[in-house]
Amino acid sequence: MSSAIQKRRAIPGFGLTLGITLSYLSLIVLIPLAGVFVKASGLGFDGLLHTLGSPRVLASLKLTFGSALIAAVFNAFFGLFIAWVFVRYKFPGKKIFDAFIDLPFALPTAVAGIALTSLYATNGWIGSLLEPHGIQVAYSPLGVIVAMTFISLPFVVRTVEPVLAEAEKELEEAAATLGAGRWVTIRRVIFPTVLPALLTGSALAFARAVGEYGSIIFIAGNIPMVSEITPLLIIIKLEEFDYAGATAIAAAMLTLSFVLLLAVNILQAWTRRSAKR
Amino acid sequence: MDITIKNVRKTFADFPALAGVDLHIESGELIALLGPSGSGKTTLLRALAGLEPIDAGQILFGATDATNLSVQERKVGFVFQHYALFKHMTVADNIAFGLSVRDGKTRPTTAEQKRRAIELLELVQLKGLEKRYPSQLSGGQKQRVALARALAIEPRVLLLDEPFGALDAKVRKDLRRWLRELHEKTGVTTVFVTHDQEEALELADRVVVMSKGRIEQVGTTAEVYEKPATPFVFDFLGSVNLLAGDVQQGKLKLNGLSLPTDTKLSGPVDVYVRPHDLRLVEPTSDGLDAQINFVQRTGPLVKAVAKLAYDDSKVDIELGHLDPMALSLKPGTQVRLLPVSFGLFARMPHAAVQTLPDVVPNAVPEQRGDRARG
Repeated sequence: MSSAIQKRRAIPGFGLTLGITLSYLSLIVLIPLAGVFVKASGLGFDGLLHTLGSPRVLASLKLTFGSALIAAVFNAFFGLFIAWVFVRYKFPGKKIFDAFIDLPFALPTAVAGIALTSLYATNGWIGSLLEPHGIQVAYSPLGVIVAMTFISLPFVVRTVEPVLAEAEKELEEAAATLGAGRWVTIRRVIFPTVLPALLTGSALAFARAVGEYGSIIFIAGNIPMVSEITPLLIIIKLEEFDYAGATAIAAAMLTLSFVLLLAVNILQAWTRRSAKR
Repeated sequence: MDITIKNVRKTFADFPALAGVDLHIESGELIALLGPSGSGKTTLLRALAGLEPIDAGQILFGATDATNLSVQERKVGFVFQHYALFKHMTVADNIAFGLSVRDGKTRPTTAEQKRRAIELLELVQLKGLEKRYPSQLSGGQKQRVALARALAIEPRVLLLDEPFGALDAKVRKDLRRWLRELHEKTGVTTVFVTHDQEEALELADRVVVMSKGRIEQVGTTAEVYEKPATPFVFDFLGSVNLLAGDVQQGKLKLNGLSLPTDTKLSGPVDVYVRPHDLRLVEPTSDGLDAQINFVQRTGPLVKAVAKLAYDDSKVDIELGHLDPMALSLKPGTQVRLLPVSFGLFARMPHAAVQTLPDVVPNAVPEQRGDRARG
């Protein structure tokens, strides 16, 4: 068996590495995830329905996924914009600004949370300017969106950047010689080229935003039914020693995230089929 | 449409890519811009398309001054070395792109665009491939689609930047012949860039040889090959032997050998002789004594390297394989060589001791030393 495989492959050790890979993935990813579902199923169908159907849980799910979606769409636009500027133009201080983009990656989430809260609180720099106009960011759903947008920005920029950089300048030149103006070239030639990467980046941003906890709980204020995100709800359940309830919510989040990511993946495969070389 | 280029200059940073270029291209002509890398040939082509703004000079399409027209306004068809096809569009959409981006009134209907695309596909002999994506085509097919796309806008001139550079030798030869035929059919003024002398000589009506941002010579393929105007052209177009000679009273003196010329030069000269112009002659006639070092037989050609007796320098010789002299040729043979045709240029100060690089056995399989990249 092993000799047959060694004959076919230039690099030996396929059986061993495959075994290690699968065991590792199971140990690290699959078993904990399965555990969530096992624990949650201990509630029984009625119990599950009761926990998930409670208005507080529904409101938090709506807030978490809704805000994450808005943040992802927002970042898709501005991330693309930023990536474009960084790839296409040279300007003084570009290196420093480039490093800034990664800050949300590197910053401990609690630090980001404190910073955002002190900025957007009604007596903060930005909050005090918005307050007279009746816009309240901190301690409201808007705060959740702001925090999610902040922490998920790098995903879009960093996924789109290499694709934009690689897009041949010749494609634009070809479009120009064929009579296409700048706007038409962007819309019909460049945008379709970066669309798959843009979808990937947005999906990553979305996933990150859904799972974010640390930076949001400071700015959100965590008012039940208004600005309470689902991960926080899980913590609250745990503190009440309602382990089954906590895992039920976790399982719901997991399922929702999985379905959404699957949908994005299908969409991506569809756009990529024609865009590949 | 004829093209007039007047004293065009372009400098990149400190590097003069075009150092004052003047050229007139007749309507319907097929012209090759030939030169080594860095000679400015691609810059000139891109300047014609408006893709490269020029620093000074004028470009006229017919009587219209195109110098300040935008790329879009110039209506030129441009074909890139690496095809530059839109990968997310089908072949038909690629070809119709130029029609589909026209303004409201001049834009043909979708059905008309499709009809044109299919018509052009037929012209480039790719009928039936309209629904494919570029990723599903071979390199040669891609370049034909690119050409059809460029022709769709009914360009005033067709510009091709090393169109066959990315293709393998066999496909390149086929496409070359095919492009020539296509040109006869469409009659569009065509300028193409190449560093491959064989391609330029085989395809073009006239060849423009460029070096260091200047035009060295413009002429028909026969003119530039047989009567090179400068040592550079001599060296670049085909292989050549360089000998040191002397002109006295209108006669070329080569180590005792005296040859008639019509040159106005006098004094020390550089003598450029093509390998096939070094004839083998009977030992009793006038000539230069030499010893054969190396013989290689490739198809209809016999190539040899000989060492001249008078100064030990090496020269390349080429004979037809039917030449009676060729049969007996082998290393060690004593021969007598007579230059039957040559170019004379005043001796460059540095050229006195310069010899051309020795021919390496097994290298240069092509007749004229194809310089194409691998």
